[in-house]
Amino acid sequence: MNFQHTDDRRMLADTLNRFIAEQYGFAARNTIAQSADGFSTQLWSRFAELGIIGALFDECDGGFGGKGFDIAVVFECLGRGLVLEPFLDTLMVGRAIALAGSTAQKARLAELIDGSCSVALAHDEPNTHYELARVSTQARREPHGWRLSGAKAVVQQGEQAACLLVSARAADAADAENGISLFLVPTDTPGVVVRGYRKIDGGRAAEVVFDSVLVGAEALLGVEGAGFSTLEHCIGFGVLALCAEALGAMDVAKDDTLEYLRTRKQFGVAIGSFQALQHRMAELLLEIEQVRSAVINAAAALDSARSVRERALSAAKYSVGRIGALVAQECIQLHGGIGMTWELPLAHYAKRLVMIDHQLGDEDHHLQRYIAFGQG
Amino acid sequence: MDLNFTPDEEAFRREVQCFLRDRLPQRLSDKVHFGRRLTRADMAEWHAILNAQGWFASHWPKQYGGPGWNAVQKFIFENECSLAGAPRIVPFGVNMLGPVLIKYGNEAQKRYWLPRILEGSDWWCQGYSEPGAGSDLASVKTTAVRGIDEQGEHFIVNGQKTWTTLAQHANMIFCLVRTASDVRQQAGISFLLVDMKTPGVEVRPIVTLDGEREINEVFFSDVRVPAENLVGEENRGWTYAKYLLTYERTNIAGVGFSVAALKRLQQAAATQLRNGRALAHDPLFAARLARVEIDLDNMKTTNLRVIAAVAGGGAPGVESSMLKIRGTEIRQEISSLMRRAMGVYAQPFIEETSLDHQDDIRPGPEEAENVAAHYFNNRKLSIFGGSNEIQKNIIAKMILGL
Repeated sequence: MNFQHTDDRRMLADTLNRFIAEQYGFAARNTIAQSADGFSTQLWSRFAELGIIGALFDECDGGFGGKGFDIAVVFECLGRGLVLEPFLDTLMVGRAIALAGSTAQKARLAELIDGSCSVALAHDEPNTHYELARVSTQARREPHGWRLSGAKAVVQQGEQAACLLVSARAADAADAENGISLFLVPTDTPGVVVRGYRKIDGGRAAEVVFDSVLVGAEALLGVEGAGFSTLEHCIGFGVLALCAEALGAMDVAKDDTLEYLRTRKQFGVAIGSFQALQHRMAELLLEIEQVRSAVINAAAALDSARSVRERALSAAKYSVGRIGALVAQECIQLHGGIGMTWELPLAHYAKRLVMIDHQLGDEDHHLQRYIAFGQG
Repeated sequence: MDLNFTPDEEAFRREVQCFLRDRLPQRLSDKVHFGRRLTRADMAEWHAILNAQGWFASHWPKQYGGPGWNAVQKFIFENECSLAGAPRIVPFGVNMLGPVLIKYGNEAQKRYWLPRILEGSDWWCQGYSEPGAGSDLASVKTTAVRGIDEQGEHFIVNGQKTWTTLAQHANMIFCLVRTASDVRQQAGISFLLVDMKTPGVEVRPIVTLDGEREINEVFFSDVRVPAENLVGEENRGWTYAKYLLTYERTNIAGVGFSVAALKRLQQAAATQLRNGRALAHDPLFAARLARVEIDLDNMKTTNLRVIAAVAGGGAPGVESSMLKIRGTEIRQEISSLMRRAMGVYAQPFIEETSLDHQDDIRPGPEEAENVAAHYFNNRKLSIFGGSNEIQKNIIAKMILGL
């Protein structure tokens, strides 16, 4: 039993925390969050130079980490800084390629790890509501490849992505696990229509329409019709990453709120001396420690058998969904009026915490999934 | 980062499991399983079995007859005991007074009292709370006045203790008493050992809402206590009392109890029906069940993190407040779900004695036995040992610095 990170991971966290503290102050982050690109391509390259993207991948795939705890450490730091660069989708798409890709496809991992190729996962659809297997986008066989038709919802940083990992199906019912195929589609392929917009918590996303898009046979990732397990695998990494990101954001939200309780005076005393507020803060602390444990459980289970792994991931995402919203709401409330303002960093942590519940399945989705896996 | 026990710790865990399998009487674990009342003889029997193994005084160092376990071993032992349905060790003598005597008692006191705790010659209860001093413990009013007569130096004790758990079984009580009143509250308290057979000691039961007799009031009227029964120095009792209260409580989260109770709840949810299907497959019940299960999954790891920090030489004090709050909330939620799972059959309140005849049939499913009584009894968890609100005060002060 040992709950200390290895020296390597501690050094990684130190490096990343220092870089974020220097480069990602509140004003800088605000500018990046509202920029036309939605993230900083320049900082993205520098993250890559620091080896942060490489830490998300196994050595055999050109990285130097890739374990659950590597991912947790990196994303916890990213959460502390509300970093907007496309780590999450790079992780998910990269892990899908690493698992199921051909030799030629795997060769592209180097471009992901050095930051020169930006990618995004195009899986959610307008009416899927987090369901992993519900895919309506059609993939029709053509003599030399495939023709894709359909629409994908809220693709993260979709406008900047050079390549999308797209789920589509040629066969079976729209919610069947069988029949889903995955395709790597360059965004400049004719018929790919990307319509971008801002997100409430900063950065950008896009609706992507595939209007009879013709792709070559080499676009298929893995075995035709058997994409579900790859999808579950790579989204599992994404779920862990989001949970760790939330943990980092919660710690900052808690620290900021504590600082405020200590310094803000009403009726001539610090408001932190009021028991009504102390107990709410103590409750938040308890809940955040439960999230920390949930993230450890999920990271440790990443190499386990499917039901153990997926249960731990869903337990963590459920916990993060419930507690993230609680932390966000309570921290705003404990700040009072100032908590409602754009100028307060905390407000942006609160927004991110709540929006994390809207990515890769919310509290209810993962509770249901946890139950389903428990019932076998 | 490694959530697993070391091979040595795993071997120890198997040793404890084997011991429990061989030596824990089924009669006792059945009683625990069904929440039936344990008699004094039941508890004494289990204490003796543990003592024969040298495992009764799990917090004591070897030289006083303890096993000399580290924090991880203590946790494993307590966890496995609760998983197996072993009766809870009555903590007052062995886990509370023992460590205080070992740290603050004089040689004569250690030589006399410690072996008697191990053998079960004395049954101790705890004289801390008073009618006016619950969570505000330092305001004790029970007085002890020093005097001397032909039989020697002594204290005369007057006052009242309350919520005294299992005082009806005890022959000894350790008390916080006021020996000085002209000083700061905390500075005038002494720690006194009182023989309950002394004239002037009276125990009256307090029947709890579940019909149980577990707690008592203890009255002291001019009770003469020999001066040699003073532990440590006069007026320094607050220090000893705090030491006892903050004494490393590796099992405060009660994870083992919760895991065992959750298993019973899952079994019940698999057999009880609603809308023609098992409760476990009823979406609303399944959601309640899953929520507490996830909270417990998280809690287990939180608990291990604290144990690992203690084993590594860290200070456990304040984290035990977090474990206490969340651990008791989880235990209460599980007993609440057990009550819900039994539907209408939570209502019957059957006295053991009324089922003495062979042909008596208990109404409802077997798991429904005592289920509501147990739920009501478990409300105490968030009240005793420093209420959960007091624990939040401690967190606010000690961790959050508010």
